[in-house]
Amino acid sequence: MNDALYDQAIIAEARSKTGAGRLDAPTVTAECDNPLCGDRITVDLAVQDGAISDLAHKTRGCLLTQASASLLARYAKGGDVAAARELRAAIDAFVKGQDDERFAILTPVRNAKSRWDCVTLPFQALADALADLEKRG
Amino acid sequence: MNPIRQDFPAFDRLDRPLHFLDNAATSQICRPALEALVRFETDDRSNVKRGVYARAERASVAFDDARKAAMEFLNAPSPEEIVFTSGATLGLNTAAHILQDRLKPGDVILVSLLEHHSNLVPWQLAAERRGASLRAIPVTDGGRLDLERLDELADRVKIVAVTHASNVTGAITDVARLRAFCDATGALLVLDGAQRAAHGPLDVQALGCDLYAFSGHKCFGPTGIGVLWGRYDLLDSAPPFLGGGEMIRRVSIERSTFAPPPHRYEAGTPPIGGAIALGAALAWSMAQDWDRLGAQERELAGRMLDGLASLPGCRIYGDTGTQQRIGVVSFELEDVHAHDVCQLLDSDHGVMLRGGHHCAQPLMERFDTVATVRASLAPYNDGADVDALLNGLEAVRRKLA
Ligand SMILES: Cc1ncc(COP(=O)(O)O)c(C=O)c1O
Repeated sequence: MNDALYDQAIIAEARSKTGAGRLDAPTVTAECDNPLCGDRITVDLAVQDGAISDLAHKTRGCLLTQASASLLARYAKGGDVAAARELRAAIDAFVKGQDDERFAILTPVRNAKSRWDCVTLPFQALADALADLEKRG
Repeated sequence: MNPIRQDFPAFDRLDRPLHFLDNAATSQICRPALEALVRFETDDRSNVKRGVYARAERASVAFDDARKAAMEFLNAPSPEEIVFTSGATLGLNTAAHILQDRLKPGDVILVSLLEHHSNLVPWQLAAERRGASLRAIPVTDGGRLDLERLDELADRVKIVAVTHASNVTGAITDVARLRAFCDATGALLVLDGAQRAAHGPLDVQALGCDLYAFSGHKCFGPTGIGVLWGRYDLLDSAPPFLGGGEMIRRVSIERSTFAPPPHRYEAGTPPIGGAIALGAALAWSMAQDWDRLGAQERELAGRMLDGLASLPGCRIYGDTGTQQRIGVVSFELEDVHAHDVCQLLDSDHGVMLRGGHHCAQPLMERFDTVATVRASLAPYNDGADVDALLNGLEAVRRKLA
């Protein structure tokens, strides 16, 4: 069932470590834990004129979380905040079966429900950061 | 094939090998337990204690026999000291409830860094209610309780609550040393037997503990049932934990008087089939030759530990010897996350393992990690399971590390 879970595309995306690291002066930071395994991701955002001008994440997690964190950096960095707000719901819909090109390499995760949280975690951290930003006004 | 597998229906019809090495989480059910469950639900199903027809009589007798089986399994002095619970977690919460009124502000409950959260959180709650606090016995690099340090921890200790065997490192606790400590300090001794109970019958009198809890599903019985054993005077010293039917003597609108133990702690209709099946599982366990099974387990654990030690980049958490331990081994592969290991071992090698913090976060912190991989043995495991594990780990290492 999970045969393809560790196919080359996911491994390569995880190893790309896209966006890995911390920002020196983030506008906002959020930290998110996966209680199942204690994994943790910290997401730093630099926000300017309604756009995410820079993003970095520090990820302690499995390959799936790391691959997903790389995708997060690919899609959120450089985009506008409004679009980034949609990403958390989009990955949720994707694992539940909604087609979405952006997440295509994560398709095998759909069959491993116990691992859904692994791929949504980075996007939850992004959503938390954006919610924090909004609260500050 | 290990002949004991004939006693386990999980191995009856398999299209692929079942390398089940997650026994510390839940073991497979043994055939006598499953058959007892089906027999009760088919032939005798009715409520206990309140029926006078023959079917209910049979159910009541079987239920009482299960309590006696648990008494024999623990070598408890009387069936009145056997409380059926839903598992170790409820058992330990009940233990904390029973003992909490003895705590005064400033008193201390001594736990350890090895504890499963279910032998930690109930004591935290009790301590909070009573203005008491928790203190933890440290753990050695070998994953054992550091009992050398015991004497410096003694001040105001009223309760010692520790695991009989670790669900992470497999270390078996030196209970005699703790008993001596309790004799010297007057503290009461509570043991979490969730892991130890899967490795053969016990003797709570020889151990000298005051309360002992375990779960049926880890020792070849069904889920949803467990046992709390307690010295009668302790069980009789506390008010009920939950109110309802079966636990009362006399009820009016204003107040009730309570049944004596064990019924005082068994409010409502019990999991009757579960208790009967647990009795059958414990009887199965008592009929085994545990000298032989223990030797087999040590042999397999030794092969596992040796194999892991020679795997490049593999770190074993805890003792690497096979004495004074159960067959529970935790490890980590360098640069490979525990859940990635577990997922690949299952999908590519048919080996079932557990990855994570094992509900022992203080111990993870002690070892400066967040998640380990755990392999745990039961009597039905054999060399093929260990080989599949070690070959699978080597393959994962090549693929991911
Ligand atoms: C040492 C230990 N204590 C307590 C428990 C809790 O058992 P249960 O979840 O069956 O109540 C476990 C099970 O994971 C355990 O390993």
